[in-house]
Amino acid sequence: MKKELTCIICPRGCSLVVDTETMTVTGNNCARGVKYGIEEATHPVRTVTSILRVANRCDSMVSVKTAAPIAKEDMFQAMEVIRATQVNAPIAIGDVLIANVCGTDIVATKDIR
Amino acid sequence: MMTHDIVVVGGGPAGMAAAVAAFDAGCRDVVILDREPQLGGILRQCIHNGFGLHKLGTELTGPEYAAVYAKKVEERGIRTYLETTVTRVTEDKVVTAQNREGLLKIQAKAVILSMGCRERSRGALNISGTRPAGVYSAGTAQKLMNCEGFMPGKKVVILGSGDIGLIMARRMTLEGAKVEAVCELMPYSGGLKRNIVQCLQDFGIPLYLSTTVAKIHGEKRLEGVTIAQVDENRQIMESTARYIPCDTLLLSVGLIPENELSREAGVPLSPITSGPLVDENRQTQIPGIFACGNVAQVHDLVDYVSDEAELAGAGAAAYAAGKTATAEALQTVPGNGVRYVLPQFVHRGQDVSLFMRVTEPLGKVRFTVKSGQTVLATAVRPQVAPGEMERINLKSQALDMAVAPITVSLEVVE
Repeated sequence: MKKELTCIICPRGCSLVVDTETMTVTGNNCARGVKYGIEEATHPVRTVTSILRVANRCDSMVSVKTAAPIAKEDMFQAMEVIRATQVNAPIAIGDVLIANVCGTDIVATKDIR
Repeated sequence: MMTHDIVVVGGGPAGMAAAVAAFDAGCRDVVILDREPQLGGILRQCIHNGFGLHKLGTELTGPEYAAVYAKKVEERGIRTYLETTVTRVTEDKVVTAQNREGLLKIQAKAVILSMGCRERSRGALNISGTRPAGVYSAGTAQKLMNCEGFMPGKKVVILGSGDIGLIMARRMTLEGAKVEAVCELMPYSGGLKRNIVQCLQDFGIPLYLSTTVAKIHGEKRLEGVTIAQVDENRQIMESTARYIPCDTLLLSVGLIPENELSREAGVPLSPITSGPLVDENRQTQIPGIFACGNVAQVHDLVDYVSDEAELAGAGAAAYAAGKTATAEALQTVPGNGVRYVLPQFVHRGQDVSLFMRVTEPLGKVRFTVKSGQTVLATAVRPQVAPGEMERINLKSQALDMAVAPITVSLEVVE
Protein backbone atom coordinates (compact mmCIF):
# COMPACT_ATOMS: atom_id res chain seq x y z
CA MET A 1 0.00 0.00 0.00
CA LYS A 2 1.12 3.54 -0.67
CA LYS A 3 0.59 6.28 1.91
CA GLU A 4 0.83 9.96 1.07
CA LEU A 5 2.20 12.09 3.89
CA THR A 6 3.51 15.57 4.56
CA CYS A 7 6.84 15.51 6.35
CA ILE A 8 6.67 17.57 9.57
CA ILE A 9 10.36 17.47 10.47
CA CYS A 10 11.22 20.86 9.01
CA PRO A 11 9.32 23.81 7.51
CA ARG A 12 9.94 22.61 3.98
CA GLY A 13 7.06 20.15 4.42
CA CYS A 14 8.00 17.65 1.69
CA SER A 15 5.19 15.56 0.20
CA LEU A 16 6.19 11.97 0.84
CA VAL A 17 4.93 8.71 -0.59
CA VAL A 18 5.61 5.70 1.61
CA ASP A 19 5.33 2.22 0.14
CA THR A 20 4.38 0.19 3.21
CA GLU A 21 5.24 -3.15 1.58
CA THR A 22 8.79 -2.36 0.51
CA MET A 23 9.23 0.30 3.23
CA THR A 24 10.60 2.81 0.75
CA VAL A 25 10.04 6.56 0.86
CA THR A 26 9.99 8.91 -2.12
CA GLY A 27 9.47 12.65 -2.37
CA ASN A 28 11.84 13.44 0.48
CA ASN A 29 14.63 15.96 0.06
CA CYS A 30 16.77 14.68 2.94
CA ALA A 31 17.48 11.57 4.98
CA ARG A 32 15.29 12.73 7.86
CA GLY A 33 12.28 12.35 5.56
CA VAL A 34 12.93 8.62 5.17
CA LYS A 35 12.98 8.08 8.92
CA TYR A 36 9.87 10.23 9.41
CA GLY A 37 7.99 8.57 6.53
CA ILE A 38 8.57 5.05 7.78
CA GLU A 39 7.83 5.98 11.40
CA GLU A 40 4.68 7.87 10.43
CA ALA A 41 3.42 5.00 8.29
CA THR A 42 4.06 2.36 10.91
CA HIS A 43 4.08 3.94 14.35
CA PRO A 44 3.58 7.74 14.42
CA VAL A 45 5.17 9.66 17.28
CA ARG A 46 4.92 13.26 18.51
CA THR A 47 6.71 15.49 20.98
CA VAL A 48 4.19 16.87 23.47
CA THR A 49 4.77 20.28 25.04
CA SER A 50 2.80 21.81 27.89
CA ILE A 51 3.22 23.62 31.21
CA LEU A 52 3.35 22.71 34.89
CA ARG A 53 2.29 24.92 37.75
CA VAL A 54 5.15 25.98 40.02
CA ALA A 55 3.72 25.70 43.55
CA ASN A 56 6.25 27.90 45.33
CA ARG A 57 6.17 30.82 42.91
CA CYS A 58 3.13 32.99 42.49
CA ASP A 59 1.83 33.30 38.92
CA SER A 60 4.56 31.07 37.59
CA MET A 61 4.31 28.28 35.08
CA VAL A 62 7.21 26.22 33.81
CA SER A 63 7.08 25.03 30.21
CA VAL A 64 7.85 21.33 29.64
CA LYS A 65 8.22 18.75 26.88
CA THR A 66 8.50 15.02 26.49
CA ALA A 67 12.25 14.27 26.42
CA ALA A 68 11.62 12.04 23.39
CA PRO A 69 8.64 11.82 21.05
CA ILE A 70 5.87 9.54 22.33
CA ALA A 71 3.30 7.42 20.48
CA LYS A 72 0.71 9.70 18.91
CA GLU A 73 -2.16 7.86 20.59
CA ASP A 74 -0.58 8.47 24.02
CA MET A 75 -0.66 12.28 23.77
CA PHE A 76 -3.77 12.78 25.91
CA GLN A 77 -2.57 10.26 28.48
CA ALA A 78 0.65 12.27 28.87
CA MET A 79 -1.37 15.47 29.17
CA GLU A 80 -3.40 14.00 32.05
CA VAL A 81 -0.26 13.21 34.00
CA ILE A 82 1.16 16.66 33.27
CA ARG A 83 -2.03 18.43 34.35
CA ALA A 84 -2.12 16.57 37.66
CA THR A 85 1.41 17.57 38.64
CA GLN A 86 2.82 20.59 40.46
CA VAL A 87 6.52 21.25 40.95
CA ASN A 88 8.75 23.51 43.02
CA ALA A 89 11.37 25.98 41.85
CA PRO A 90 14.27 26.39 41.35
CA ILE A 91 14.09 24.59 38.03
CA ALA A 92 16.68 24.48 35.25
CA ILE A 93 16.18 23.66 31.58
CA GLY A 94 16.51 19.90 31.12
CA ASP A 95 15.52 18.97 34.71
CA VAL A 96 13.37 15.84 34.80
CA LEU A 97 10.14 17.04 36.40
CA ILE A 98 8.08 13.86 35.94
CA ALA A 99 9.87 10.57 35.32
CA ASN A 100 8.60 7.79 33.12
CA VAL A 101 5.54 9.09 31.32
CA CYS A 102 4.52 7.08 28.23
CA GLY A 103 8.03 5.70 27.93
CA THR A 104 9.94 8.95 28.41
CA ASP A 105 10.41 11.78 30.92
CA ILE A 106 8.81 15.19 31.16
CA VAL A 107 11.61 17.77 31.24
CA ALA A 108 11.68 21.51 31.86
CA THR A 109 12.18 23.86 28.90
CA LYS A 110 12.45 27.07 30.97
CA ASP A 111 14.60 28.16 33.90
CA ILE A 112 12.62 29.22 36.98
CA ARG A 113 14.91 30.77 39.59
CA MET B 1 23.25 62.01 28.66
CA MET B 2 24.59 58.44 28.72
CA THR B 3 26.46 57.17 25.69
CA HIS B 4 26.71 53.67 24.24
CA ASP B 5 28.15 52.53 20.92
CA ILE B 6 25.13 50.38 20.00
CA VAL B 7 21.65 50.45 21.50
CA VAL B 8 19.41 47.49 20.65
CA VAL B 9 15.69 48.22 21.02
CA GLY B 10 13.97 44.95 21.95
CA GLY B 11 15.43 41.81 23.55
CA GLY B 12 13.61 39.11 21.63
CA PRO B 13 15.34 36.68 19.28
CA ALA B 14 16.34 39.44 16.84
CA GLY B 15 17.69 41.81 19.49
CA MET B 16 19.66 39.11 21.30
CA ALA B 17 21.26 37.72 18.13
CA ALA B 18 22.04 41.22 16.87
CA ALA B 19 23.70 42.23 20.14
CA VAL B 20 25.76 39.05 20.21
CA ALA B 21 26.83 39.51 16.59
CA ALA B 22 27.77 43.16 17.21
CA PHE B 23 29.86 42.13 20.20
CA ASP B 24 31.54 39.34 18.23
CA ALA B 25 32.30 41.83 15.44
CA GLY B 26 34.35 43.82 17.95
CA CYS B 27 31.91 46.27 19.53
CA ARG B 28 32.33 46.09 23.31
CA ASP B 29 29.71 48.67 24.21
CA VAL B 30 26.36 47.16 23.21
CA VAL B 31 23.24 47.43 25.36
CA ILE B 32 19.80 45.83 25.00
CA LEU B 33 16.63 47.60 26.15
CA ASP B 34 13.43 45.58 26.65
CA ARG B 35 10.10 46.33 28.28
CA GLU B 36 9.67 42.80 29.69
CA PRO B 37 11.35 41.55 32.89
CA GLN B 38 13.27 38.89 30.92
CA LEU B 39 14.99 38.57 27.58
CA GLY B 40 13.38 36.28 25.00
CA GLY B 41 10.42 38.23 23.69
CA ILE B 42 7.59 36.23 22.21
CA LEU B 43 9.62 32.99 22.32
CA ARG B 44 8.88 32.70 26.04
CA GLN B 45 5.23 31.95 25.29
CA CYS B 46 5.95 29.70 22.27
CA ILE B 47 6.34 26.53 24.31
CA HIS B 48 5.92 24.24 21.28
CA ASN B 49 8.89 22.58 19.61
CA GLY B 50 10.28 23.04 16.12
CA PHE B 51 12.73 25.87 16.74
CA GLY B 52 16.43 25.74 15.97
CA LEU B 53 16.61 22.87 13.46
CA HIS B 54 18.17 25.12 10.85
CA LYS B 55 20.24 27.45 13.02
CA LEU B 56 21.33 25.25 15.89
CA GLY B 57 21.01 21.78 14.34
CA THR B 58 18.71 20.59 17.09
CA GLU B 59 14.99 20.81 17.73
CA LEU B 60 14.10 23.08 20.62
CA THR B 61 11.05 24.72 22.15
CA GLY B 62 10.73 28.52 22.10
CA PRO B 63 11.89 29.10 25.69
CA GLU B 64 14.90 26.83 25.09
CA TYR B 65 15.84 28.68 21.90
CA ALA B 66 15.57 31.99 23.79
CA ALA B 67 17.72 30.61 26.60
CA VAL B 68 20.50 29.69 24.15
CA TYR B 69 20.76 33.33 23.06
CA ALA B 70 20.17 34.79 26.55
CA LYS B 71 23.19 32.75 27.66
CA LYS B 72 25.29 34.13 24.80
CA VAL B 73 24.29 37.66 25.87
CA GLU B 74 25.17 36.92 29.49
CA GLU B 75 28.49 35.24 28.66
CA ARG B 76 29.62 38.33 26.77
CA GLY B 77 28.63 40.63 29.60
CA ILE B 78 26.29 42.55 27.32
CA ARG B 79 24.36 44.99 29.51
CA THR B 80 20.58 44.68 29.47
CA TYR B 81 18.08 47.21 30.72
CA LEU B 82 14.92 45.21 31.44
CA GLU B 83 11.43 46.51 32.30
CA THR B 84 12.60 49.50 30.30
CA THR B 85 10.33 50.89 27.61
CA VAL B 86 11.83 52.85 24.76
CA THR B 87 9.59 55.80 24.05
CA ARG B 88 11.58 57.55 21.36
CA VAL B 89 14.40 57.10 18.87
CA THR B 90 15.60 60.11 16.92
CA GLU B 91 17.28 60.46 13.57
CA ASP B 92 20.53 61.47 15.29
CA LYS B 93 20.34 58.28 17.36
CA VAL B 94 19.27 59.54 20.75
CA VAL B 95 17.24 56.82 22.46
CA THR B 96 14.80 57.81 25.22
CA ALA B 97 13.44 55.14 27.54
CA GLN B 98 11.74 54.93 30.88
CA ASN B 99 11.87 52.46 33.75
CA ARG B 100 11.48 52.46 37.55
CA GLU B 101 14.58 54.60 37.99
CA GLY B 102 13.08 57.28 35.77
CA LEU B 103 13.98 58.55 32.35
CA LEU B 104 17.01 57.32 30.39
CA LYS B 105 18.55 59.23 27.54
CA ILE B 106 21.25 57.49 25.55
CA GLN B 107 23.30 58.91 22.70
CA ALA B 108 24.18 55.93 20.51
CA LYS B 109 26.54 55.66 17.55
CA ALA B 110 24.26 53.03 16.01
CA VAL B 111 20.75 51.82 16.85
CA ILE B 112 19.30 48.39 16.06
CA LEU B 113 15.51 48.27 15.84
CA SER B 114 14.23 44.81 16.83
CA MET B 115 10.79 45.46 18.27
CA GLY B 116 9.01 42.58 16.56
CA CYS B 117 5.29 42.58 15.78
CA ARG B 118 1.89 43.15 17.26
CA GLU B 119 -1.14 41.11 16.33
CA ARG B 120 -3.86 42.52 14.13
CA SER B 121 -6.93 42.87 16.35
CA ARG B 122 -10.69 42.58 15.97
CA GLY B 123 -10.94 46.31 15.34
CA ALA B 124 -9.09 45.91 12.04
CA LEU B 125 -11.57 43.32 10.73
CA ASN B 126 -14.98 45.00 10.98
CA ILE B 127 -16.75 41.85 12.20
CA SER B 128 -20.33 42.73 12.96
CA GLY B 129 -22.14 41.79 16.15
CA THR B 130 -21.71 42.40 19.86
CA ARG B 131 -18.55 42.96 21.87
CA PRO B 132 -18.58 40.18 24.49
CA ALA B 133 -15.70 38.76 26.52
CA GLY B 134 -14.08 35.67 24.99
CA VAL B 135 -12.64 37.21 21.83
CA TYR B 136 -8.84 37.02 21.99
CA SER B 137 -5.98 37.47 19.61
CA ALA B 138 -4.31 34.06 19.33
CA GLY B 139 -1.04 35.33 20.82
CA THR B 140 -2.82 36.79 23.83
CA ALA B 141 -4.51 33.46 24.45
CA GLN B 142 -1.11 31.79 24.05
CA LYS B 143 0.44 34.04 26.68
CA LEU B 144 -2.48 33.53 29.08
CA MET B 145 -2.23 29.75 28.75
CA ASN B 146 1.49 29.20 28.58
CA CYS B 147 2.86 31.90 30.86
CA GLU B 148 0.02 32.47 33.30
CA GLY B 149 -1.69 29.07 33.33
CA PHE B 150 -5.09 30.56 32.51
CA MET B 151 -7.41 28.66 30.18
CA PRO B 152 -9.25 31.14 27.94
CA GLY B 153 -12.25 28.92 27.18
CA LYS B 154 -13.69 25.49 26.42
CA LYS B 155 -15.40 25.66 23.05
CA VAL B 156 -13.36 27.46 20.48
CA VAL B 157 -13.52 28.83 16.94
CA ILE B 158 -10.32 30.16 15.39
CA LEU B 159 -10.33 32.75 12.62
CA GLY B 160 -7.16 32.70 10.56
CA SER B 161 -4.95 29.74 9.71
CA GLY B 162 -1.59 31.41 10.22
CA ASP B 163 0.89 29.46 12.31
CA ILE B 164 -0.13 30.98 15.65
CA GLY B 165 -3.77 30.01 15.05
CA LEU B 166 -2.79 26.46 14.12
CA ILE B 167 -0.46 26.10 17.11
CA MET B 168 -3.21 27.36 19.43
CA ALA B 169 -5.75 24.93 17.94
CA ARG B 170 -3.50 22.07 19.05
CA ARG B 171 -2.60 23.65 22.37
CA MET B 172 -6.21 24.25 23.40
CA THR B 173 -7.22 20.76 22.26
CA LEU B 174 -4.46 19.17 24.34
CA GLU B 175 -5.67 21.16 27.36
CA GLY B 176 -9.17 19.77 26.95
CA ALA B 177 -10.96 22.42 24.90
CA LYS B 178 -13.01 21.53 21.84
CA VAL B 179 -11.85 23.43 18.77
CA GLU B 180 -14.91 23.47 16.53
CA ALA B 181 -13.36 25.02 13.44
CA VAL B 182 -10.49 26.97 11.98
CA CYS B 183 -11.77 29.44 9.37
CA GLU B 184 -9.55 30.96 6.71
CA LEU B 185 -10.67 33.86 4.55
CA MET B 186 -8.26 32.99 1.75
CA PRO B 187 -8.63 29.88 -0.44
CA TYR B 188 -5.37 28.55 1.07
CA SER B 189 -3.81 28.44 4.52
CA GLY B 190 -1.23 31.02 5.52
CA GLY B 191 0.48 28.54 7.83
CA LEU B 192 3.26 26.03 7.31
CA LYS B 193 2.11 22.71 5.88
CA ARG B 194 3.61 20.80 8.76
CA ASN B 195 1.44 22.78 11.17
CA ILE B 196 -1.70 21.88 9.23
CA VAL B 197 -0.70 18.24 9.64
CA GLN B 198 0.44 18.14 13.25
CA CYS B 199 -1.93 20.76 14.70
CA LEU B 200 -5.18 20.15 12.81
CA GLN B 201 -5.14 16.77 11.06
CA ASP B 202 -3.70 14.98 14.11
CA PHE B 203 -6.76 16.08 16.10
CA GLY B 204 -9.42 15.98 13.40
CA ILE B 205 -9.97 19.76 13.58
CA PRO B 206 -11.73 21.00 10.43
CA LEU B 207 -10.15 23.79 8.36
CA TYR B 208 -12.70 25.77 6.34
CA LEU B 209 -11.08 27.72 3.50
CA SER B 210 -12.67 30.81 1.88
CA THR B 211 -14.66 31.13 5.09
CA THR B 212 -14.84 33.89 7.66
CA VAL B 213 -16.61 34.87 10.85
CA ALA B 214 -19.55 37.00 9.73
CA LYS B 215 -21.02 37.84 13.12
CA ILE B 216 -20.20 37.62 16.81
CA HIS B 217 -23.04 36.76 19.24
CA GLY B 218 -23.38 37.11 23.02
CA GLU B 219 -23.89 39.82 25.60
CA LYS B 220 -21.47 39.39 28.50
CA ARG B 221 -19.64 36.29 27.25
CA LEU B 222 -19.33 35.06 23.69
CA GLU B 223 -22.16 32.60 22.92
CA GLY B 224 -21.43 31.76 19.33
CA VAL B 225 -20.31 32.96 15.93
CA THR B 226 -21.89 32.93 12.51
CA ILE B 227 -19.43 31.68 9.92
CA ALA B 228 -19.96 31.99 6.19
CA GLN B 229 -18.14 31.31 2.96
CA VAL B 230 -16.82 34.19 0.87
CA ASP B 231 -16.83 34.60 -2.90
CA GLU B 232 -13.79 35.34 -5.05
CA ASN B 233 -14.03 39.01 -4.03
CA ARG B 234 -13.99 37.96 -0.37
CA GLN B 235 -17.61 39.07 0.06
CA ILE B 236 -19.72 37.05 2.47
CA MET B 237 -22.25 34.72 0.79
CA GLU B 238 -25.29 34.98 3.08
CA SER B 239 -26.74 31.68 1.88
CA THR B 240 -23.78 29.78 3.35
CA ALA B 241 -24.08 31.29 6.85
CA ARG B 242 -24.26 28.92 9.78
CA TYR B 243 -24.14 29.33 13.54
CA ILE B 244 -21.52 27.65 15.73
CA PRO B 245 -22.02 27.86 19.50
CA CYS B 246 -18.72 28.67 21.25
CA ASP B 247 -17.38 30.60 24.23
CA THR B 248 -14.07 31.61 22.70
CA LEU B 249 -12.97 33.12 19.41
CA LEU B 250 -9.27 33.34 18.66
CA LEU B 251 -8.09 35.74 15.98
CA SER B 252 -4.95 34.76 14.12
CA VAL B 253 -5.29 37.31 11.37
CA GLY B 254 -1.85 38.66 10.78
CA LEU B 255 1.06 40.41 12.40
CA ILE B 256 1.89 44.07 12.12
CA PRO B 257 5.53 45.09 12.51
CA GLU B 258 5.67 47.45 15.49
CA ASN B 259 7.26 50.44 13.82
CA GLU B 260 5.92 53.41 15.77
CA LEU B 261 9.45 54.24 16.98
CA SER B 262 10.88 53.84 13.48
CA ARG B 263 8.23 56.08 11.99
CA GLU B 264 8.81 58.77 14.61
CA ALA B 265 12.53 58.62 13.90
CA GLY B 266 11.76 59.31 10.25
CA VAL B 267 12.83 55.87 9.02
CA PRO B 268 11.20 55.26 5.60
CA LEU B 269 8.95 52.18 5.67
CA SER B 270 7.82 49.82 2.93
CA PRO B 271 4.05 49.85 2.38
CA ILE B 272 4.21 46.12 1.60
CA THR B 273 6.29 44.71 4.48
CA SER B 274 5.25 47.55 6.85
CA GLY B 275 8.89 47.44 7.93
CA PRO B 276 11.81 49.75 7.23
CA LEU B 277 13.44 49.74 3.80
CA VAL B 278 16.83 48.13 4.42
CA ASP B 279 20.04 47.17 2.64
CA GLU B 280 21.93 43.87 2.81
CA ASN B 281 23.28 44.77 6.28
CA ARG B 282 19.73 45.66 7.36
CA GLN B 283 20.66 49.32 7.56
CA THR B 284 17.63 51.56 7.09
CA GLN B 285 17.60 54.67 4.93
CA ILE B 286 18.92 56.56 7.96
CA PRO B 287 22.63 55.79 8.29
CA GLY B 288 23.41 54.09 11.60
CA ILE B 289 19.86 52.88 12.23
CA PHE B 290 19.44 49.18 11.52
CA ALA B 291 16.35 46.93 11.65
CA CYS B 292 16.03 43.16 11.85
CA GLY B 293 13.62 40.36 12.71
CA ASN B 294 9.86 40.70 12.52
CA VAL B 295 10.00 44.48 12.69
CA ALA B 296 11.62 44.41 9.24
CA GLN B 297 9.58 41.57 7.72
CA VAL B 298 7.39 38.88 9.24
CA HIS B 299 9.42 35.67 9.28
CA ASP B 300 8.16 32.07 9.30
CA LEU B 301 11.01 30.80 11.42
CA VAL B 302 12.98 32.21 14.31
CA ASP B 303 16.10 30.59 12.84
CA TYR B 304 15.95 33.07 9.97
CA VAL B 305 15.31 35.93 12.40
CA SER B 306 18.60 35.07 14.09
CA ASP B 307 20.38 34.96 10.73
CA GLU B 308 19.01 38.35 9.76
CA ALA B 309 19.85 39.85 13.14
CA GLU B 310 23.46 38.76 12.76
CA LEU B 311 23.70 40.82 9.58
CA ALA B 312 22.32 43.85 11.43
CA GLY B 313 24.62 43.32 14.41
CA ALA B 314 27.74 43.08 12.29
CA GLY B 315 26.61 46.04 10.19
CA ALA B 316 25.96 48.19 13.25
CA ALA B 317 29.36 47.26 14.73
CA ALA B 318 31.08 48.33 11.52
CA TYR B 319 29.12 51.58 11.45
CA ALA B 320 29.89 52.32 15.11
CA ALA B 321 33.58 51.73 14.33
CA GLY B 322 33.38 54.38 11.63
CA LYS B 323 33.27 52.06 8.62
CA THR B 324 30.51 53.35 6.41
CA ALA B 325 29.65 52.22 2.91
CA THR B 326 29.78 54.95 0.31
CA ALA B 327 29.10 52.82 -2.75
CA GLU B 328 25.91 53.32 -4.70
CA ALA B 329 23.02 51.08 -3.70
CA LEU B 330 21.00 49.09 -6.22
CA GLN B 331 17.27 48.83 -5.67
CA THR B 332 15.50 45.46 -5.66
CA VAL B 333 12.00 45.29 -7.10
CA PRO B 334 9.35 42.55 -6.96
CA GLY B 335 8.28 41.40 -10.43
CA ASN B 336 5.63 38.95 -11.64
CA GLY B 337 4.27 36.71 -8.86
CA VAL B 338 6.48 38.21 -6.14
CA ARG B 339 4.92 40.35 -3.38
CA TYR B 340 8.10 41.84 -1.96
CA VAL B 341 11.87 41.45 -1.94
CA LEU B 342 14.04 42.21 1.08
CA PRO B 343 16.62 43.80 1.29
CA GLN B 344 15.15 46.57 -0.82
CA PHE B 345 18.66 47.94 -1.48
CA VAL B 346 21.93 46.07 -2.07
CA HIS B 347 25.54 47.17 -2.45
CA ARG B 348 28.02 45.45 -4.72
CA GLY B 349 31.07 43.73 -3.28
CA GLN B 350 29.67 40.71 -1.43
CA ASP B 351 27.31 37.75 -1.76
CA VAL B 352 23.75 38.74 -0.86
CA SER B 353 20.69 36.66 0.03
CA LEU B 354 17.38 37.96 -1.27
CA PHE B 355 14.26 37.07 0.72
CA MET B 356 10.80 37.19 -0.78
CA ARG B 357 7.21 36.05 -0.61
CA VAL B 358 5.08 35.00 -3.54
CA THR B 359 1.60 36.40 -4.22
CA GLU B 360 -0.25 33.08 -4.53
CA PRO B 361 0.33 29.34 -4.02
CA LEU B 362 1.75 27.66 -7.13
CA GLY B 363 3.36 24.38 -8.11
CA LYS B 364 6.79 24.24 -9.65
CA VAL B 365 8.17 27.70 -10.43
CA ARG B 366 11.40 29.25 -11.62
CA PHE B 367 12.56 32.50 -10.02
CA THR B 368 14.63 34.80 -12.20
CA VAL B 369 16.73 37.61 -10.77
CA LYS B 370 17.39 40.12 -13.51
CA SER B 371 18.97 43.51 -13.95
CA GLY B 372 17.97 45.03 -17.25
CA GLN B 373 18.32 42.11 -19.67
CA THR B 374 21.06 40.41 -17.62
CA VAL B 375 20.04 37.31 -15.66
CA LEU B 376 21.90 37.37 -12.34
CA ALA B 377 20.49 34.17 -10.84
CA THR B 378 17.71 31.63 -11.25
CA ALA B 379 16.21 29.19 -8.79
CA VAL B 380 13.63 26.44 -9.23
CA ARG B 381 11.26 25.50 -6.38
CA PRO B 382 8.97 22.43 -6.45
CA GLN B 383 6.12 24.48 -4.93
CA VAL B 384 5.63 27.91 -3.39
CA ALA B 385 3.08 29.57 -1.11
CA PRO B 386 2.70 33.05 0.40
CA GLY B 387 3.06 31.51 3.85
CA GLU B 388 6.58 30.27 3.11
CA MET B 389 9.39 32.76 2.65
CA GLU B 390 11.75 32.09 -0.25
CA ARG B 391 15.47 32.83 -0.34
CA ILE B 392 17.72 33.25 -3.36
CA ASN B 393 21.46 33.71 -3.01
CA LEU B 394 23.15 36.21 -5.27
CA LYS B 395 26.87 35.81 -5.82
CA SER B 396 29.11 38.85 -5.60
CA GLN B 397 30.22 38.26 -9.21
CA ALA B 398 26.58 38.28 -10.35
CA LEU B 399 25.90 41.45 -8.42
CA ASP B 400 28.84 43.12 -10.16
CA MET B 401 26.97 42.73 -13.48
CA ALA B 402 23.90 44.49 -12.15
CA VAL B 403 22.65 47.94 -12.98
CA ALA B 404 19.73 49.21 -10.92
CA PRO B 405 17.07 48.03 -10.46
CA ILE B 406 17.25 44.28 -9.74
CA THR B 407 13.93 42.55 -10.45
CA VAL B 408 12.85 39.18 -9.05
CA SER B 409 10.00 37.47 -10.87
CA LEU B 410 8.68 33.96 -11.22
CA GLU B 411 7.18 31.82 -13.93
CA VAL B 412 5.39 28.50 -13.66
CA VAL B 413 7.33 25.61 -15.19
CA GLU B 414 6.11 22.16 -16.17
